[in-house]
Amino acid sequence: MSTEGGGARLGSARSQHGRGLLELTDGKAVIVVEGLSRRFGDVTAVNGLSLKIQEGEVFGLLGHNGAGKTTTIRLLTGVLSPHGGEARVLGLDPTRDGPALRGRTGVLTETPALDERLTARENLSYYADLYGVPRHEVPARVEGLLEEFELADRADEPVGRYSKGMRQRLALARALLPGPELLFLDEPTTGLDPVAAREVRELIVRLSGEEGRTVVLCTHNLVEAQRLCHRVGVLEHGRLVALGTPAELVRGLDRGLRVEVELSPGDEGAVGALRGLPGVLEVVEERPGLLGVKVASPRVVPEIAAAVVGAGGRLYRLQPQEPTLEDFYLALHGGKGGR
Amino acid sequence: MNRRAVLAIVRKDLRAVGRSKGVMLPLVLVPLVILGVMPAVVSWVPSLIPPEAMMGVEGFLARMPEGLRAELSGLEGAQRLLVLVLVYFFAPMYLIVPLMVASVIAADSFAGEVERRTAEALLYTPTTDGELFLGKVLAAWLPALGVGLGGFLLYGLVADLCTYRVVGRLLFPNPMWLVLLVWVAPAVAGLGLGTMVLVSSRVRTFQEAYQLGGAVVLPVLLLVVGQITGVLYFSLPVVALLGLLLWAVDAGLLWYGARTFRREALITRL
Repeated sequence: MSTEGGGARLGSARSQHGRGLLELTDGKAVIVVEGLSRRFGDVTAVNGLSLKIQEGEVFGLLGHNGAGKTTTIRLLTGVLSPHGGEARVLGLDPTRDGPALRGRTGVLTETPALDERLTARENLSYYADLYGVPRHEVPARVEGLLEEFELADRADEPVGRYSKGMRQRLALARALLPGPELLFLDEPTTGLDPVAAREVRELIVRLSGEEGRTVVLCTHNLVEAQRLCHRVGVLEHGRLVALGTPAELVRGLDRGLRVEVELSPGDEGAVGALRGLPGVLEVVEERPGLLGVKVASPRVVPEIAAAVVGAGGRLYRLQPQEPTLEDFYLALHGGKGGR
Repeated sequence: MNRRAVLAIVRKDLRAVGRSKGVMLPLVLVPLVILGVMPAVVSWVPSLIPPEAMMGVEGFLARMPEGLRAELSGLEGAQRLLVLVLVYFFAPMYLIVPLMVASVIAADSFAGEVERRTAEALLYTPTTDGELFLGKVLAAWLPALGVGLGGFLLYGLVADLCTYRVVGRLLFPNPMWLVLLVWVAPAVAGLGLGTMVLVSSRVRTFQEAYQLGGAVVLPVLLLVVGQITGVLYFSLPVVALLGLLLWAVDAGLLWYGARTFRREALITRL
């Protein structure tokens, strides 16, 4: 897995690579992008994006609405042409080799984009023809996907009668229909119930881990990104402002360790003892009986228990809170860094 | 050219249109009224006109172009009226049918696909811009030809059945209408289609496209008015020339449409 970017926030001089990224393709890089830019009028949707994604990697593309995630997908599939920079996807130039490239990729769009007047089977068969799935394989492949996504029972109903979750499952099935080497998934678990969402997450893990497919995951669900992605990149106004593994990014947070301490409400003695404890940076009473304690190091955690008990307090719960990708993301965007 | 993908687009669009009541209703009703009900009603009208009122009709006929009067010579009052209306005046009315069918389906196929956002997934497929364009064009043009042929058969049958007793011979088929069918109707369908392709690239909904593109019917209405006022009549050379003119306009419209039909432009409208 590439560590390009060093797992840190990226400054404006992000593209100082020495050697160009395009020269670094080592046969395992599925996506190599250097200085990719795209404008819409006065708005720069993607601004000097440089990135390398390896085969079998699940890469999370994070960012607010309008940060440039969807435009990036469109550029990498050759649906849009860049105004600057270069890209190689599966060894192809998206602008020049768009049709060939799209034949090897699957895209789950932000909205399911299904024809509601057609049935699920007709929708899939239609796309099988467009993707050039061998004719003799179409019925079995369509049936297999309908079974896999639990749509077989209602495969011959118009999609207009489907629930939001069923449509999302069908759109996912369509993205997998051509057996793509590279998958772009835009909010894949949106609209799914918890069980279906878990199945989709398991599917992504399987596609990447067992089948070696590369997945680019655009999501606002940071818990999901942290759980699934080998690496994430954060886009802000079209610029890549952070890149690395979730662990690397979180490690870079300058916030100490946060510990949740639950004790008897109104136990001022214990609160006072904690405030005076060496290594405790901050004590915040979040609600009666629940304290948020920021400490300098994990070694202080046992001292917290001892201080509360020593002050005659009743300790119900002591829980160190590992910083999450969400903390990092919020900190990056100037929001509240801790929970 | 990936023929399988092109045919898949045609099949899918036709299937989807066939299941849309809002789209199918005008596609069935308009041809039925114009080419089934109206000739039957018109065939019945001469029997309601009293002989003395036929003088007014003769005065009207006198204002028609020389060539048309020559065509009608040898016929009696009611026969003349039937031939004039059913063979000549109705010819441009017939053209409304393929024009409308192509326009409605093209509006659904081009603007409707953007409106329903189904275009996005389509644009991520390996089909080229040319294949997408051709598929969409054929999906609107082929049914227009089919309905045009079906409408012609219906119209000819109704008109012949209703007029044979009065005229004493079959009015259809005749050379002018055959040229209309094989030469002008496909061209006029192309006009509706080409106009809708242009309009659809500038609007976001089926309704907007259909309303704006509806203006394409005006030249056809001018032809109707032109015949009624005696400015022109649908002789064989006029019809052949009209077809040529329409094909030239179609070529321009479709050339421009094909040039501007780019997935890049489409996806930024979603």
